[in-house]
Amino acid sequence: MLDTLRTLFLTALHAFHRRATVQYPEQKPYLPPRYRGRIILSRDPDGAERCVACNLCAVACPVDCISLQKTEADGRWYPEYFRINFSRCIFCGFCEEACPTYAIQLTPDFEMGEYARPNLVYEKDDLLISGTGKHPDYSFYNVAGIPIPGKDRGASERERPPVDLHSLLP
Amino acid sequence: MTYTALTTIIFTPLVILGLATVLTWIERRLLGLWQDRHGPNRVGPGGMFQAVADGTKILFKQDWIPPFADRGVFVAAPAIGMMTVLLSFAVIPVTMGAGIAGNMNVGLLFVVGMMGLGVYAVVLAGWSSNSKYALLGGMRAAAQMISYEVFMGLSLLGVVMMAGSFNLHDIVAAQTGLWFIIPQCLGFGVFMLAGIAETHRLPFDLPEGENELGAGFHTEYSGMKFGMFFIAEYAGIVLVASLVTTLYLGGWRGPWLPAGVWFALKTGGMVGFFILLRAGLPRPRYDQLMALGWKVLLPLSLFNVMATGTILMLRASL
Repeated sequence: MLDTLRTLFLTALHAFHRRATVQYPEQKPYLPPRYRGRIILSRDPDGAERCVACNLCAVACPVDCISLQKTEADGRWYPEYFRINFSRCIFCGFCEEACPTYAIQLTPDFEMGEYARPNLVYEKDDLLISGTGKHPDYSFYNVAGIPIPGKDRGASERERPPVDLHSLLP
Repeated sequence: MTYTALTTIIFTPLVILGLATVLTWIERRLLGLWQDRHGPNRVGPGGMFQAVADGTKILFKQDWIPPFADRGVFVAAPAIGMMTVLLSFAVIPVTMGAGIAGNMNVGLLFVVGMMGLGVYAVVLAGWSSNSKYALLGGMRAAAQMISYEVFMGLSLLGVVMMAGSFNLHDIVAAQTGLWFIIPQCLGFGVFMLAGIAETHRLPFDLPEGENELGAGFHTEYSGMKFGMFFIAEYAGIVLVASLVTTLYLGGWRGPWLPAGVWFALKTGGMVGFFILLRAGLPRPRYDQLMALGWKVLLPLSLFNVMATGTILMLRASL
């Protein structure tokens, strides 16, 4: 009996507590930088596309929402088209984990509602941003041992020049 | 029949129905208040028109009668529920001389009788639905409401003895000096509990028991038939609150403010308390509910009748 009255009293006291609700459209919730929202494609610090069209993201995607086609230009790989169907995407972040070049990244934005379903299919133009995203200094071709025009084999960061097989010197 | 009486008869049910509809919004806001959230606050100022939106929606919903149901009874049940509650309001004295039949000499008996008839709505709904959960809900409702009716009647006896009348006007008039809640505190407690059980409100909403019976007796109801049960329940809350006000809290009596305002304030406070009960208390098990009724409330109300009678007799003989 007293327990019941105490319960009622404590419940009534909750009228003076702070509301737990975030009044969403007027009051935006805090989203941490690693929040898994809208997917973007980022660029190198020097402005080139990071994506090398390796298809690992498309393979890792559990719902097969990523579709891309490789093409080659200036001696390196690019996606000819890169398409994410956001009506399928489950925002698991596996693509970001699979990406060897930090190209594909998830961002703290979820406000992407559409009235027509086809509008949820994002093409490369929609996905590509002008910045570097979460990894400002990373450039894949600067650390990978792959020669591209303007950078020879062995010229990458923390990489020694290749051994000259024809030389007898140690 | 005079013109005013006719308008009263037409407008009273409309006002009560409107009140019950708005009460659904008030309840949700209050529950939100006590659960650290806001409740519906989007439609209109403070979410005021949520009730209108809900009402519009439920009016346009498909009103489906299951093919296995007993059609006639199925349709009649919600109407009975609504009717008994609305009829009970006829004798509630809002102010001196107000009400459709405010001066009825057996007003209290009329209310208790109407509440007794209200059991039919729930039982018939559960029976005619012809499905397990609805039947279980109806069965629980029958047991719960009929047993709590006993204590309700007994708890009211104290008030009737002190006022010497079944007339609700006279009962309010008898509370001139002291509200009956003080001398009749036991009866007040029992009547409150019985009233909650009668309207099958939380925490005594076992006939509905969402998490065990689907929706209990109105599992098979949809559209406005369900809406009728819903509105009747909220009108029932207002009814029990206004009865508590009339019987124990001195009715329209109070200083400074007009009589009607006092009545509304007290009734509103009681409704708020009912909602607080819902916010704060869990639902008891079914056998606990019956045990509380027969092992605690019945002896208490009998003791109350005996004590009140003894004191009145002693006072009369002195």
